[in-house]
Amino acid sequence: MRKLKNIFFVLIFSVIVLNSSNSAEKTPPFLETKWTFKGLFGKFDRASLQRGYQVYTEVCASCHSMKYLTYRNLAEKGGPEFSEAEAKAIAASFEVTDGPDSTGEMFVRPAKLSDKFVMPYANEQEAKAANGGAYPPDMSVLVKARKGGADYIYSLLLGYSEPPEGVELDDGVYYNKYMYGNKIKMPAPLSDDLIEYTDGTKATAEQMSKDVTNFLMWSAEPHLEQRHKTGFRVIAYLIILTVLVYFTMKKIWSRVESKV
Amino acid sequence: MSDHEYTPSSKFGKWFNDRLPLLTLANHLTDYPTPKNLNYWWTFGGILTFCLITQIVTGLVLAMHYIAHADMAFSSVEHIMRDVNYGWLLRYVHANGASMFFLAVYIHIFRSLFYGSYKSPREIIWILGIIIYLLMMAAAFMGYVLPWGQMSFWGATVITNLFSAIPLVGESITTWLWGGYSVDNPTLTRFFTLHYLIPFLILGLVVLHIWALHVPGNNNPVGIDIKKPSKDTVPFHPYIVIKDAFALLMFCIVFALFVFYQPNILGHADNYIEADPLVTPAHIVPEWYLLPFYAILRSVPDKLMGVVAMLSAILILAALPWLDTSKVRSAVFRPLFRQFYWILVADVLILGYVGAMPAEGLYLLIARVATAYYFAHFLIILPVLGWKEKTTPLPLSITEPVLGGSPNLAAARSDEKIEKTIK
Repeated sequence: MRKLKNIFFVLIFSVIVLNSSNSAEKTPPFLETKWTFKGLFGKFDRASLQRGYQVYTEVCASCHSMKYLTYRNLAEKGGPEFSEAEAKAIAASFEVTDGPDSTGEMFVRPAKLSDKFVMPYANEQEAKAANGGAYPPDMSVLVKARKGGADYIYSLLLGYSEPPEGVELDDGVYYNKYMYGNKIKMPAPLSDDLIEYTDGTKATAEQMSKDVTNFLMWSAEPHLEQRHKTGFRVIAYLIILTVLVYFTMKKIWSRVESKV
Repeated sequence: MSDHEYTPSSKFGKWFNDRLPLLTLANHLTDYPTPKNLNYWWTFGGILTFCLITQIVTGLVLAMHYIAHADMAFSSVEHIMRDVNYGWLLRYVHANGASMFFLAVYIHIFRSLFYGSYKSPREIIWILGIIIYLLMMAAAFMGYVLPWGQMSFWGATVITNLFSAIPLVGESITTWLWGGYSVDNPTLTRFFTLHYLIPFLILGLVVLHIWALHVPGNNNPVGIDIKKPSKDTVPFHPYIVIKDAFALLMFCIVFALFVFYQPNILGHADNYIEADPLVTPAHIVPEWYLLPFYAILRSVPDKLMGVVAMLSAILILAALPWLDTSKVRSAVFRPLFRQFYWILVADVLILGYVGAMPAEGLYLLIARVATAYYFAHFLIILPVLGWKEKTTPLPLSITEPVLGGSPNLAAARSDEKIEKTIK
């Protein structure tokens, strides 16, 4: 019996090991960086989120939409927490088509807090036509839509290099060691000092990758901080209740001589 | 059932109870004599009821905000996640709740397999359970389609295409299921309707499942028939209620860890990409709880036979009370069966693992061997075992193994007290 159980566990263990070594062969391990949003009390780094928004809007936004985000989100708790005035100013720097007005005409006005992020292209076809047939994915939930999440996005942004010997690349195709199949149609988007951070942080490629990934993590999970906070309280409450119920159970079952 | 007539103490209670015996029912449920040696594997019935209620309640609120339309489903889910108050909590509880539901149901089923709870006189309870399990799979599958992500769409395409394997009418049936010539908006709206309906069917079947259970009473780890009520039983309330509550709380802690700290680990990243009929994902895999059956499906080269094998893998369970020929219920007294039981557990886990892998090379070979073994367990090993196996002697009562042979005076006295309180 015990022997059988041992065989059973060895089997499961070997399956797990086999699996992990298998997947390790395909893509190199992700670059390591410290994320503040991980862990029991994980929170976003506010300044990094604000810088991340700057990277998004100055670099990524020319091709990638974020259609599920609203300008008001930028001022909401748990996010980059721009002041309401700042968020309003950000919104006002974009133009949206509204209408029809009382005369039946459509008109262009500055965006308001209640507007969704303005998209770079009118539709998917235009986006594809402008990008050599590849559709730049919407980035609202991108972190959750990729295996490896934030680590993957961060590694991908820094994973560009010359192709190894023997790998032929077509025009408009780039080599990235973290990309599925190693071929990506997006040119390396970030390079040192590409932008100038408003808060004076040095804009290295690593710094920008980290900031924009933080920003994308928040956009995919805007309630992450609340979730962690609530989660800790719920679990603490459950543990206390479980202990109390355990002793109650022991007391009740002490009336019958049977183990619980 | 307790052998005494229940009469409400108040006059109104008596008047009411004579017309609708709800109080008698409540009294039966609290007094219900339960074997006192039930271990923690028996607490999953209560846990499953909790799971069902949780799914219905969270699902009800989610349905208020969800839009069942191919163009809007995905964004309505994002709306729930972002703008609905505690929408993220509702959705994560509902999505992880499905996984927890299956985790609990698998433990519940394997408990039954170990202790022979499916055997006479509990065959109907067991078959009702199999129907509930089938409905759960249907509900879970259709629920997974609703967010209209890539896995939703392609999972739906793969599974509905299985019906096209039926000879002659297969194609027409598939078209009828889809409401068109591919998975599209009509498919989504009908899946939503059915996803809303099935939980209530399950609820009805759960009532029957419990009703059927209360006729012979619970099986127990020793697996012998016991006199009820007797020294071997305790009233359901407070003994089993408090024990179930304790186990449920432990379960909820695990549940909460998933919901609050790893809400997406059991899902697939591709389902956060909106459905696109023109782009097929690299690997289409069902949710983890369906993987063993997916492995069986793919291990048969012929499509129709694959579907037949997959369905048989579930339906064969319904015949289990007659396939297992042993008179002894509990594996505790069946040394050989016990070993085969653990091999079956490993076999199902292996099937689940290869179900997640591409169906080629070594994986396919393993899947075929494991599938063959799965059927051999039920069709060959169990019938032969019941006939060949030498079982160890059964105790005369629960009290005997628990107290090591001699009835304990103190325990007997406290039992008398309990019996008095019942009356």
